[in-house]
Amino acid sequence: MTAKAAFYDVDGTLVRTNIVHTYAYYAMNRGSLSGIAGRTLAAAAQVPLYAALDLVNRKWFNEYFYRAYAGLSEDRLVVLGQEMLEDVLKPAVFPKAQDLIDEARRAGCRIVFITGALDFTVAPLAELLGADDVIANKMQFVGGIATGKVIPPIIEGANKAHAIRDYCVKHALALDQSFAYSDSFSDYAMLAMVGRPTAVNPDVRLRSIARAYHWPVLDLR
Amino acid sequence: MRPLKTLKRLYDETNQVVVTEKGSPPRVIFSGEDFLLEDLPLGTRVVFARSPLQGVPNPKAAIRWALNHPEGMEPLHALLRPGMKVTIALDDISLPLPPMVTPDARQTVLEIVLELLADSGVDDVHLIVATALHRRMTDAEMKRMVGDKIFTAFHPDRYYNHDAEDPDGIVELERTAHGEVVALNRRAAESDLLIYVNINLVPMDGGHKSVGTGLSNYASLRAHHNPKTIRDSESYMEPSTSALHRSTDRIGRVIDQHLKVFHIETVLNNRMFDGPTGFLGKREEDFTEMDRLKFQALRYTLSKLPRVAKRKMMMSIPAPYDIIAVNAGATEACHEKTLEACWRQYSVPVQGQSDIVIWGVPYISPYNVNSILNPLLVQVMGLGYLFNLNRGIPLVKKGGVIILCHPAYDEFDPEHHPSYIEFFNRLLPETRDAMVLEHKYEQEFATNPSYVHLYRKGNAYHGAHPFYMWYWGENGRQHVGKVIVAGAENNHVPELLGWERTDTLAEAIDLARGATGRSASITLVKSAPILQTDVRL
Repeated sequence: MTAKAAFYDVDGTLVRTNIVHTYAYYAMNRGSLSGIAGRTLAAAAQVPLYAALDLVNRKWFNEYFYRAYAGLSEDRLVVLGQEMLEDVLKPAVFPKAQDLIDEARRAGCRIVFITGALDFTVAPLAELLGADDVIANKMQFVGGIATGKVIPPIIEGANKAHAIRDYCVKHALALDQSFAYSDSFSDYAMLAMVGRPTAVNPDVRLRSIARAYHWPVLDLR
Repeated sequence: MRPLKTLKRLYDETNQVVVTEKGSPPRVIFSGEDFLLEDLPLGTRVVFARSPLQGVPNPKAAIRWALNHPEGMEPLHALLRPGMKVTIALDDISLPLPPMVTPDARQTVLEIVLELLADSGVDDVHLIVATALHRRMTDAEMKRMVGDKIFTAFHPDRYYNHDAEDPDGIVELERTAHGEVVALNRRAAESDLLIYVNINLVPMDGGHKSVGTGLSNYASLRAHHNPKTIRDSESYMEPSTSALHRSTDRIGRVIDQHLKVFHIETVLNNRMFDGPTGFLGKREEDFTEMDRLKFQALRYTLSKLPRVAKRKMMMSIPAPYDIIAVNAGATEACHEKTLEACWRQYSVPVQGQSDIVIWGVPYISPYNVNSILNPLLVQVMGLGYLFNLNRGIPLVKKGGVIILCHPAYDEFDPEHHPSYIEFFNRLLPETRDAMVLEHKYEQEFATNPSYVHLYRKGNAYHGAHPFYMWYWGENGRQHVGKVIVAGAENNHVPELLGWERTDTLAEAIDLARGATGRSASITLVKSAPILQTDVRL
């Protein structure tokens, strides 16, 4: 049988949270009252800016958004990542997400999460749901402290498609036999890259594209 | 106004075959959600369904009698003991067509059986809709099938759809002597008694096919749902000539060795239409002025509605079927009696084959209740069901022409038929060869996790199902020389199916005569109501 993979976007596809929820958790667990207040208020104040950036360009949004992590320590982020799984992510996993992953596993697919979120936030979830690999953004740390910069290339949009292609080449997987799942039109490139794209809980634009191209549409909610 | 002598001659006609003469009325022919009204060439033979047989006067009494006098088994009450585990499997929404007026025959049977089980101290009872790889029925459809009371008492924990892809929900029994996989729903297999409540609309249904397909999985279905088996079947509507049934019989016998199965088979008459659409069950010779008025009113209404609304309207008209027979007991003995009743209603003797056979394809098939008759389903209706509705000898001659009346629109239901869309748009442009399709692509579709998920959690047909639809037309495809779809609204659908198209039925007949000669014999089969031709050579 040809080796193949199933690539899953995470936020909005497998879980109902997004990277803002994730950051909010870190902000709320800053460690001191002033830290919590400072980061939470700063994040809240920038919501309109985040929304505008996300609308214009997901890459700009990610770059700008991840600056908020500057100054947080690596070990703290990793520990909080584990706690966040229990407190935030686990309850937010869509009810049918595990079934979909299990079905891909039974079909002989390698399970890969591909997300614009940071790797330390996704790793525990990947372990919980049984993913073999995670392709995610990586925060730059200097002396164990986050700089707020993401090591390029930022995993989003077209870069997700490139990452999938590279992953398939590296692991000798058939791209045309592989599956990709996403909820957002911003992942159109990633969906178009594989032979078996599927829209999951799609937004209006992706639903329209999926219907036009005869892609299956799933609802995991 | 028709001359009196013509009227007299036509009213004297009582058999199911009428030869078109000068003065014969135009024929009302299904064409999807619309109707054609067509004058046929002189000499065209028109085959009608038999009139609906009288239903049993008291269905509940007939059911009770069958339960107490089963074929080849003890009465149902004698098989029951307190505390035992019982599973009741039911045919799904693919039967009958159109869905019958409530109460559905399954509800009537269940009300009696569940009462008997309760009286016998049997509390561990599950109801499973035997969907095989068909789509899951919706809650509303399940409720309609069994009635409010049973639905409320059993759904969702003890009344649910079979899941052929549940890794923990299927058990494999020993293989048949031919190596066929025998897989069965775990709950059914682990029950002390399995009761199967069937509706037998056509002779393909029932018998060993009920449990052996309805509660099985893809691995087991592959044994007979394949192009070779269909090619080896003269007609899969006639079990004695069907390789499909020989395989399901082998599988069913293994199941019967492991499990006590009590069948309750009901046979319906062919009263598909009544009231405002009752004229559709009549011969045009028998139309009253009121019938003609109703037809024109229906046709006018349909002409003013968009297709979605037409479909909705037609789907919302249930059929007032009557139960004409109830049989119960061991699989084969019970089913033999069921088939006899089926043929009494459906079998129509016809002398000789035809060069050209015309069928109107209606808006509904077993696979699109509350949905769209997409191009693959038009194909399965034409080359599958309608072609195979014979007793072993096809109505159309080898190398002859089939004319199907249908718009052949390029419409699919993404919720019910997602894998059909890919099959039609990706595979058919590459090949129409069923063997190649099976070899290259069936497994891929069957294991596609998106399709598996849509089958298990949504209301979609399984990823392998469009292949079965294509195979189902295989013996028809091998037999006929040409298929023409009259009234096709586009070129690409007929082309992808390997067919020709014309705008009108008259043009289709001309085209068919071009292939078969000017003296070609022509038969129009007026189906629905359903009929099965018994061709004598």
